[in-house]
Amino acid sequence: MLIGAVLTALFAGAALLSLVWVPHDVARLDIAARLLPPSPAHPLGTDHFGRDMLSMLMEGARTSIAVALVAVGIGLGLGVPLGLWAAAARGTWLDDVIMRGNDLIFAFPSLVIAILITAVFGPSAVNAILAIGIFNIPVFARVARGAALPIWTLDYVMAARVAGKGKARISTEHVLPNITNLLIVQATIQFSLGILAEAALSYVGLGAQPPTASWGRMLADAQTMIYTEPQLAVLPGLTIVGMVLGLNLLGDGLRDHLDPRLRRRAP
Amino acid sequence: MVRSLLSRILSLSVSLVVASMVIFLMLQAVPGDPAAFMLGLNAQPDTIAALRADLGLEGSLGQRYLTWVKGMLAGDFGQSYTYRVPVADLVVDRIGVSAPLAVYALILSVVLAVPIGLIAASRRGGAADWGMMGATQLGIAIPNFWFAMLLVLVFAVKLRWVSAGGFPGWSDPLAAIKALTLPAIALALPQASILARVLRSAVLDTLDQDYIRTARAKGLSQRATVVRHALRNAAIPVLTILGLQFSFLLAGAIIIENVFFLPGLGRLIFQGITQRDLIVVQSVTMLLVFAVICVTFLVELTYLLADPRLRRR
Repeated sequence: MLIGAVLTALFAGAALLSLVWVPHDVARLDIAARLLPPSPAHPLGTDHFGRDMLSMLMEGARTSIAVALVAVGIGLGLGVPLGLWAAAARGTWLDDVIMRGNDLIFAFPSLVIAILITAVFGPSAVNAILAIGIFNIPVFARVARGAALPIWTLDYVMAARVAGKGKARISTEHVLPNITNLLIVQATIQFSLGILAEAALSYVGLGAQPPTASWGRMLADAQTMIYTEPQLAVLPGLTIVGMVLGLNLLGDGLRDHLDPRLRRRAP
Repeated sequence: MVRSLLSRILSLSVSLVVASMVIFLMLQAVPGDPAAFMLGLNAQPDTIAALRADLGLEGSLGQRYLTWVKGMLAGDFGQSYTYRVPVADLVVDRIGVSAPLAVYALILSVVLAVPIGLIAASRRGGAADWGMMGATQLGIAIPNFWFAMLLVLVFAVKLRWVSAGGFPGWSDPLAAIKALTLPAIALALPQASILARVLRSAVLDTLDQDYIRTARAKGLSQRATVVRHALRNAAIPVLTILGLQFSFLLAGAIIIENVFFLPGLGRLIFQGITQRDLIVVQSVTMLLVFAVICVTFLVELTYLLADPRLRRR
């Protein structure tokens, strides 16, 4: 968990830093300085357009994190209320409709539909966010409903109902705080999946468009030069692996930490 | 049993209908007229109108939807705008690459995952367990298209064992399988990692059961207990994951086919997108969604057969 937190913080820090400062401007091409090996001026070298690799990776971190974060936000913002609503209306047609709808979205091969969405509405970071975010909704709805159901049977919820609180108030005041742990863990997992999905979409040219730097696009560019300049392909890949690994370790660690029953199950 | 089966078939049909509507409507939202696009800038309005009628673009939204669905059901996926051949023919051609690739990857991931999961579970907390679970963490975190590029770098560029991409066709089965090997490995890595982790925790769950203790008490070795009792009972969650993975496998194949320039369904979709061959995109996407929904349905069915407790609801 510690390793995960450190890795995640490292990439988040790099992304934040890139908002105010990067070593070199990535929108400026400098053909004279193309394909330079690592040096003090360019710690990770430069690419085929003379752009500084470190700056590209930092900006790419910003793109990835922004896309995945907003996609998780969509999932949390729409999925959790739906799940809570379904749990509050347990056994009624409303619960049924919400959960069937979720199953339906689940049935779609997510990346295929994401490709379709971005292909139809044009490749851009915003459409990538939407495409990834839609598939986060049923995940969070399911987790929220599953976790909320047992809480509805507890005595203090009964007490709140006797006291005259409505279902919406009970959901927000009593149920939600008790399922936050689970939601945080799920958000970490969806976040890392979002990073991978964003990389895949931008790799096939359907994510953030140039000059915005993105890890997937860097890999796509590097693929044509893999014979001569393999390091251009290795660096962004390692970065993605580091980020996703960090998030997964963090998620696992959080889950074990927040749920004592799982602690003996390590690693 | 019959009732739950019927309700599942009903929800399967509803899924398919809604899926087809979503896909159809989404592609209606694409700006531009395919007929005008095909004929170029200097086309006469009446030529465009004639081609529109020819392509089945006339009529109300509902009519066109029904024509498309009826055609799909009869095996007629429409006429490709750019290739001028039935989409069904293109699909048949391409499926000969995509389906074997998916099956190959599935086999590889099971072959890799089962021993890893079993060994890790039977040595819980030991060095082998930690090492293997660490390796699977890494396997999940690696984007498969990047792993594919690394494989190309090592085995095609440096060692020159295989070619970096392309597909020679099935006339020489050995060469065909060789060409699919790297893509299949790249696809299998993340799947195998997930599967191994699920298998491990499923086996660990069953190892806590009383019947396992009984088996050990009557003198069965640890290995025999795991293989004969734990593995069989762990099969259900593993089967579920395998079914769910089919969807990821398909999506992954689309990306991987692009890395290796394999002429499969994934390449077909991308060509359709770039050439505005919308009917190809529409029909192939529907086909993929259909496949995923059906596999999910089959998995639920096996579930129902395997576990009598689930039949009641």
